[in-house]
Amino acid sequence: MNYDNGLRRFRRGTIAAWGLLVVCALALNIGPSFAAGDAKKPKPHDWSWESGPAGITGTFDRGALQRGFKVYKEVCAACHGLKFIAFRNLADPGGPGFSADEVKAIASEYTKEVLDEFGDPVEVPRAPFDHFPSPFANEVQARASNNGAYPPDLSVINKARAGGADYIHSLLIGYKDAPAGFELGDGMYYNEYFKNKQIAMAPPLFEDIIEYDDGTPATIEQLSEDVVTFLMWTAEPKLEERKRMGFMVIIYLILMAALLYFTYRRIWSDRH
Amino acid sequence: MSGHSTYEPTTGFEKWLDVRLPIVRLVYDSFIVFPTPANLNYWWTFGGILTVCLAIQIVTGVVLAMHYVANADMAFQSVEHIMRNVNYGWLIRYVHANGASMFFLAVYIHMFRGLYYGSYKEPREVLWILGVLIFLLMVATAFLGYVLPWGQMSFWAATVITNLFGAIPYVGEAIRELLWGGFSVDNPTLNRFFSLHYLLPFVIAGVVVLHIWALHVPGNNNPLGIDVKGPQDTVPFHPYYTMKDAFGIVVFLILMSYFVFFNPTILGHTDNYIEANPLVTPDHIVPEWYFLPFYAILRAIPDKLMGVIAMFASIAILFIVPWLDTSKVRSTTFRPLYKIFFWVFVADCILLGYLGAMPAEGAYVIWARLATAYYFAHFLVILPVLGLIETPRKLPESISKPVLSSSGPSPAPAE
Repeated sequence: MNYDNGLRRFRRGTIAAWGLLVVCALALNIGPSFAAGDAKKPKPHDWSWESGPAGITGTFDRGALQRGFKVYKEVCAACHGLKFIAFRNLADPGGPGFSADEVKAIASEYTKEVLDEFGDPVEVPRAPFDHFPSPFANEVQARASNNGAYPPDLSVINKARAGGADYIHSLLIGYKDAPAGFELGDGMYYNEYFKNKQIAMAPPLFEDIIEYDDGTPATIEQLSEDVVTFLMWTAEPKLEERKRMGFMVIIYLILMAALLYFTYRRIWSDRH
Repeated sequence: MSGHSTYEPTTGFEKWLDVRLPIVRLVYDSFIVFPTPANLNYWWTFGGILTVCLAIQIVTGVVLAMHYVANADMAFQSVEHIMRNVNYGWLIRYVHANGASMFFLAVYIHMFRGLYYGSYKEPREVLWILGVLIFLLMVATAFLGYVLPWGQMSFWAATVITNLFGAIPYVGEAIRELLWGGFSVDNPTLNRFFSLHYLLPFVIAGVVVLHIWALHVPGNNNPLGIDVKGPQDTVPFHPYYTMKDAFGIVVFLILMSYFVFFNPTILGHTDNYIEANPLVTPDHIVPEWYFLPFYAILRAIPDKLMGVIAMFASIAILFIVPWLDTSKVRSTTFRPLYKIFFWVFVADCILLGYLGAMPAEGAYVIWARLATAYYFAHFLVILPVLGLIETPRKLPESISKPVLSSSGPSPAPAE
């Protein structure tokens, strides 16, 4: 299961009807996602990558990505892995935009076990092509260290939860004292956004839990917004490229459709 | 293919080839001069759109298969590898995943069009049956493909669907173990599903050829549902319909591009980005949106075996629609009563889809039973009875008459 070992290696009516069918499909699909448990619906947030109509001009806030990486590294990484991300990705276009030297320095803070020339295991620093290490050797160890709960890998977490980024953000800032009469399980914390309103993860974020390099005040809101932005990038590292390409593709297709339409009308003009 | 060929080979090579393998003649007769009713509306562009969908799925699928690893321990990460490290892998995968949704959207429109304009009626029964067969193959292919990323929904969808076969008396158990390649959904299941997912699209392509052949013998139906009376009723397929289809296809690609580039995960379930875990059952196991009506029918019946039978019957009943409909009038335009029932049926299918997405409890179950009963009643009661009691409106004399008196390029059937 370990990524390192495993893979190193027209007519208006027509258009309206399509629209209707798509809307139905969307409604059907979104419907069940929130039906689970009695959790509160996540609060919508204005994300940098969702700007513009249908999010077409959205890009990641570069500062938020770098700050969010720091939040992950110094807070989340204690329990949560990021196994699909290689250190080199931190320098990829459309990502946090670290330099190659910075990436090298970040990677070397972690070690990995390799065989030396005699076939004995030795610890060496990680290189940019290595992936982030997972904090636990396996699920059993992870559960044993976390009161039976399994901290999920965060690589694609924003795509793996109904509500996506809004949900993760709501959850991170949504810790509260349990209302009187609420039966909280042993070692559980009250959070309205989680299934059954209780979660095994202790509130991870506190004001000034880390110090931002760019001087941004580290409020809980800010910490959460930054790390969720970072996790959106880990889940969708090609988001900016995708939207840029989509913009060109759709403009091209619209122009092509217009040309085809007039050609079609011209060809048919002798029929009526 | 209907009537005698008007192809005249001009170059020396064409003449040489024509007496050995008249393939140029075949294309010329089938897709260039093929006489096509002059009054086809945009609903008829979905045949071309579906051909493009199939081609897109095969091309993207072949490329994905070069990078995908059909192994229970590596499938999920190989998909992430495609998304992150393969050049334009994210694009190819998102086109393939959303392409499946678009394929079903188009095929449902195509099928409802066939039902509305009576395209299944004599002499096009075989054409219709081949179409239902293609749909059935699409259902199987899409289900098999959905299992491949080996996320939570993949795994549990595979579990639910393979268990359905276990409900068959006597042989069910054996069939289920054959599908699994063992005693539960596991690595052998994934391997054979991958193999079959790669095989079936080519079977579909083969049946599509038969479908087009069966179309070209009687020729296209049309919005008026009356037979072509002569050359004045038709236009050559090219350039009249090649251009119209091309326009329809590009508009459809714009819709597809919206999903691929700006909302690529909305049509999928978030749980499928969680790796498959046989020990954790998702809160709600739901299929992709295009299977929801059938899922609703399955769950509406309290008995498992009867539920499975009802679900398969809901598709199988389409095979005999040509003989259930007793009306000789093809186009619903001239069937005032059936027109109402047609749209009620469409609404019933959408309702079933909604109910398929809801948990199977309380009022949802009652509604699902009513909607299921209506689904079958539409075919077994309404279609046969309506044809006998309904007085259709007067049919036009020929296609060319309303075309001449209309101003539009593709006249709405005269009301």
